[in-house]
Amino acid sequence: MFRVTHQPIDLQKLVDYVTDPEAGAIATFIGTTRNNNEGRKVIALDYEAYAEMAEKELARIGADAAKNWPICRMAILHRLGPVQIGEASVVIAVSSAHRDAAFAASRFAIEEIKKTVPIWKKEVFEGGEVWIGTQTGQRLPDR
Amino acid sequence: MAGFNGMKVRVKFFAILRERAGTSAATKELADGDTVADLWRELQKDYPKLDVPGIRMLYAVNQNYVNLDQPLKDQDEVVFIPPVSGG
Repeated sequence: MFRVTHQPIDLQKLVDYVTDPEAGAIATFIGTTRNNNEGRKVIALDYEAYAEMAEKELARIGADAAKNWPICRMAILHRLGPVQIGEASVVIAVSSAHRDAAFAASRFAIEEIKKTVPIWKKEVFEGGEVWIGTQTGQRLPDR
Repeated sequence: MAGFNGMKVRVKFFAILRERAGTSAATKELADGDTVADLWRELQKDYPKLDVPGIRMLYAVNQNYVNLDQPLKDQDEVVFIPPVSGG
């Protein structure tokens, strides 16, 4: 399951999705919205995506993870629209026979999401708003 | 008589580019052989504020990353991708 959604993310749904009788481990990663960034007091974050391509890229990340590590199942859900402070903006769940693969694959997935998936975050802070990344440039996808 | 040697491509704008263009979609007529770079140059004429100085952009045609010199075809969907910031 590799999706973007405007609904709050239900962690248990992802865990259920990756649950597998062959698995001895499930790793989950939850990215949450922080109340401060570079000295600014953040009020809210607003996510926008090129949804069709974002889901395709998330699935590509899942396929690459499966090539690199012996994982059983993987799910990534990224939230869109306004996300309040403390809520989950992205959740990754991975199952594998042994824990190393699940940890490594979830780490890989969040790093890739930040590099190649066409999702953008607008930070609304006290005194203004900014599209994150528009002042810092970005890395090319490693392909 | 030569036939119509042009093509139409569809452009979608997101995030900072959507705000700068003032719209989320456009169609553009191009000449055969025109590339992503040519399209970007043409779009600047229609949307003078589109260029964001100092950012590194990526380019997608039909939802796949491509280079600036990628030739376009009729009905291609082209998206200019400002720095991504998911997660």
